[in-house]
Amino acid sequence: MPRREAAAVAAAALLLVVVLPICNALPASSALHVSDFRLNLFGKFLAYAILALGLDLLWGYAGVLSLGHGVFFGLGAYAMGMHLMLEIGAKSVYQSALPDFMVWNQVKELPLFWRPFYSDVFTLVAIVVVPGLVALAFGFLAFRSRIRGVYFSIITQALALSAWLVFNRNEMRLGGTNGLADFKTIFGFPLNQPSTQRGLYAVTALALLVAYLVCRWITGSRAGKVLVAIRDSETRVLFSGYSPARYKLFVFVVSAVLAGVAGALYAPQVGIITPAKIGVLPSIEMVVWVAAGGRGTLVGAVAGAFGVNWMQSWLTTSYPDVWLLFLGGLFMGVVLFFPDGLVGAVARAFGGMGRLTRGASFTATPTESARSRGPSSTGHPRPEPVARPPLQ
Amino acid sequence: MRRSLLLLLLFVAWLAGPPASHAQSSEALKALADLAVDDTDRREAAVGVLGATRDTKWLEFLAALRDGNVYARGKGTTLEIVVGGAKTTKGEQDVIEIVTAYDRKLIGTVPVASVTEIAADRRLRIAIKPFLDADETRVQLASPDAEARRGAALKLGHQADAGAAAVVEAAIAKETVPNVRHALEEALALIRLAHGEPAVRVLAAQALGGLHSFDGMPALQRLAAETSASRAEREAATVAIRQIERWSLLVRTLETAFQGASLASILLLMALGLAIVFGLMGVINMAHGELMALGAYSTFVVQNIFRARWPEWFNAYFVVALPVAFIVAALVGVVLERGVIRRLYGRPLETLLLTWGASLIIQQGLRLWFGAANVDVSSPSWLSGGFALMTGLTLPFNRLFIIGLAAMSVAAMYWLLFGTGAGLRIRAVTQNRGMSSCLGVRAGWVDATTFALGAGLAGLAGAALTQIGNVGPSLGQNYIVDSFMVVVTGGVGKLAGTILAAAGIGGLNKGIEPALGAVFAKVAILLLVILFLQRRPAGLFATRGRSAEA
Repeated sequence: MPRREAAAVAAAALLLVVVLPICNALPASSALHVSDFRLNLFGKFLAYAILALGLDLLWGYAGVLSLGHGVFFGLGAYAMGMHLMLEIGAKSVYQSALPDFMVWNQVKELPLFWRPFYSDVFTLVAIVVVPGLVALAFGFLAFRSRIRGVYFSIITQALALSAWLVFNRNEMRLGGTNGLADFKTIFGFPLNQPSTQRGLYAVTALALLVAYLVCRWITGSRAGKVLVAIRDSETRVLFSGYSPARYKLFVFVVSAVLAGVAGALYAPQVGIITPAKIGVLPSIEMVVWVAAGGRGTLVGAVAGAFGVNWMQSWLTTSYPDVWLLFLGGLFMGVVLFFPDGLVGAVARAFGGMGRLTRGASFTATPTESARSRGPSSTGHPRPEPVARPPLQ
Repeated sequence: MRRSLLLLLLFVAWLAGPPASHAQSSEALKALADLAVDDTDRREAAVGVLGATRDTKWLEFLAALRDGNVYARGKGTTLEIVVGGAKTTKGEQDVIEIVTAYDRKLIGTVPVASVTEIAADRRLRIAIKPFLDADETRVQLASPDAEARRGAALKLGHQADAGAAAVVEAAIAKETVPNVRHALEEALALIRLAHGEPAVRVLAAQALGGLHSFDGMPALQRLAAETSASRAEREAATVAIRQIERWSLLVRTLETAFQGASLASILLLMALGLAIVFGLMGVINMAHGELMALGAYSTFVVQNIFRARWPEWFNAYFVVALPVAFIVAALVGVVLERGVIRRLYGRPLETLLLTWGASLIIQQGLRLWFGAANVDVSSPSWLSGGFALMTGLTLPFNRLFIIGLAAMSVAAMYWLLFGTGAGLRIRAVTQNRGMSSCLGVRAGWVDATTFALGAGLAGLAGAALTQIGNVGPSLGQNYIVDSFMVVVTGGVGKLAGTILAAAGIGGLNKGIEPALGAVFAKVAILLLVILFLQRRPAGLFATRGRSAEA
């Protein structure tokens, strides 16, 4: 990592991990005070940013667009949520050891798959392993048979729809449409205490820092270069003796795990997780965070997750009708005018593009060469990522 | 035979209208007087007497009694029972119009205070109800509307009231419409099964079996399990049950097949436009669902215009709405293509996000313009109802229409692509854009027209969907992922791939649904599609050769 970048990351980490919680702990009269509400909001954005990092790794670097990351986010969040539900114990409304929604649904006994979630360790493992395993199975099937490009995006979107439908069912014993909510404590700490929330925020910020460093390490490694090569021309990578499927599977699993961790940090801070976070729309919204921030740059993903969500929390409270129009406009505008997102635009303005994006340029698209395809025997050419200029 | 028929007719005549002299018989008048007595048993008996006359006017009187519109007017010991009408205020006093109990001759307007209401308590109302109901059913049985007659027959079958047998027999003799006749015969058999002698019950059970009566199942099952019934009866019931079960299996199979065909044709209508655009430009149009919603809302607007301007032509609105929906969606499609999508050729993932953004804007626009609630699109009369194929299976006209529309769209598309010059150019650009441009085909023009065509088909699909589902701003979202699956499964090589994929996914979905339920059937379909793509990663008809691997 170059020294300037290291310094910038350290400064940002110091600000997010240490300074903000301290500001929150200051008395309300202080000029530097950050309210509990604001800190909680930031914590949520940071969780989103973790997910955005993973998505960026997958899309910005490997060129694989997943429209189903809400599922992995949801798996992590539900794993955490299940543990938190069990932690409530008999302090619930119905004074029963079972979660409230099970009492409504006349479930007499805790379902078998809920039981291991009594254990703290199991929960922490499940948060990482469950999304990872689902991604491994799904990605193995998809990449092995070389489903890619638009095909892969559509299939992941169908995954999001299916998962949403399934999580909405009461007989899944996951709370149906209402999801999991009313958490009281996390690993023994009461969630309604500002200090617990501050701690959660700090953990989230630390997790983001770790996630950033991991992603940074991956993109800087040899594997990272192969990923970018796969994005630019998968066939050439294949012919050079690499197995694109393995690299793509690896990065897909990593990004699913990051999404799961993000979900697990999201659930206790927001206090509820419902299937509405899993479906088609939230999944594709996650993509726009990355697109708006600047894909192919890890900083961009974090900035996008922050920026778009900040806009959302402002617009949905002040001008609820406008939010979807704005989101749609953002999709179109970013794709059309700012292919490198916020970071790209800023970098271009200051002429520092190369250092920030490390060969991940999207602006130069040789449309003419893309359009001249070879002769075809049977018919329609398959849509393929366009051959991009070789790496600098 | 002749004599029995004559007897029947006589009976019917007696039912239809008892002679007027019976109407105000001393019995009825005495009963009327009893109503004012403060003795519930006598009042109930009085209602029984009046109801048993089956005289329409007395029944109307009972209805008035139930509704609390009957009053007693005191003249010493003799009370007069009257029916009250409109209440008004005259000067200081509340006054009420009163008429006689039987033939409703106007007596005059009297102060409200001078009459006392005869309250119908719960017991009395319960006593009145069967008479009114029976009368209602009888009136319906004579109704000119076949559906009303069928409804009455079904009701009589459910009640299985012994007294109704004669009425039903009479109705059977007159009935000419086959499915009403069927319902009547079923009702008669049900009544006989409930009340007949053992021999009659055997016959009734056989009749129910022969009629494939689903409604008869519970009664037959009871009979088959009844220990006091004779062996012959139980056997007849068992045989009938088996007969009905076999029939219901056949009906269910056919029904599933039809539903599968219906879903497949909906998917095909939606996927057709998507597949053409995908094949030509490699663009998955995420706004396809919203173009469908535009088509649906165009239908809604056309309907409203017809309702306001030409109500006498209302049934024709749908014929106008179809081309309007096509054109509106096609125009929006052209704007989208020329405005933005054109700039992104060769970058399918970016286009996907772009069109998703467009879809959000269109969706929110519709929501702001028409409101978030679903709007009401009524079917023209020629699309409501259905074609009764066999007992227990009616094919709704709207579904049949959509199957027909999908078939026509496919045929038109084949003709367009393979029978016209424009189609030739579309195919040429699809196969080799660069070479086509060199040879003088205006690729940009072809793109625009093809996109318009695909969008228009979406509009058409949306217009068709108004006939079977809710019309709201998120109409497109409900089906869109399924139609993407169709395109992905079908591949982009040939139209036949899309057709086969739509048929396969639609049929399988409805085939699995009874076993797994709608949600898990959908999940199963996704898994099947993924497994299928293991064998054929680019769909049913993949592109082969060098262009397949860019």
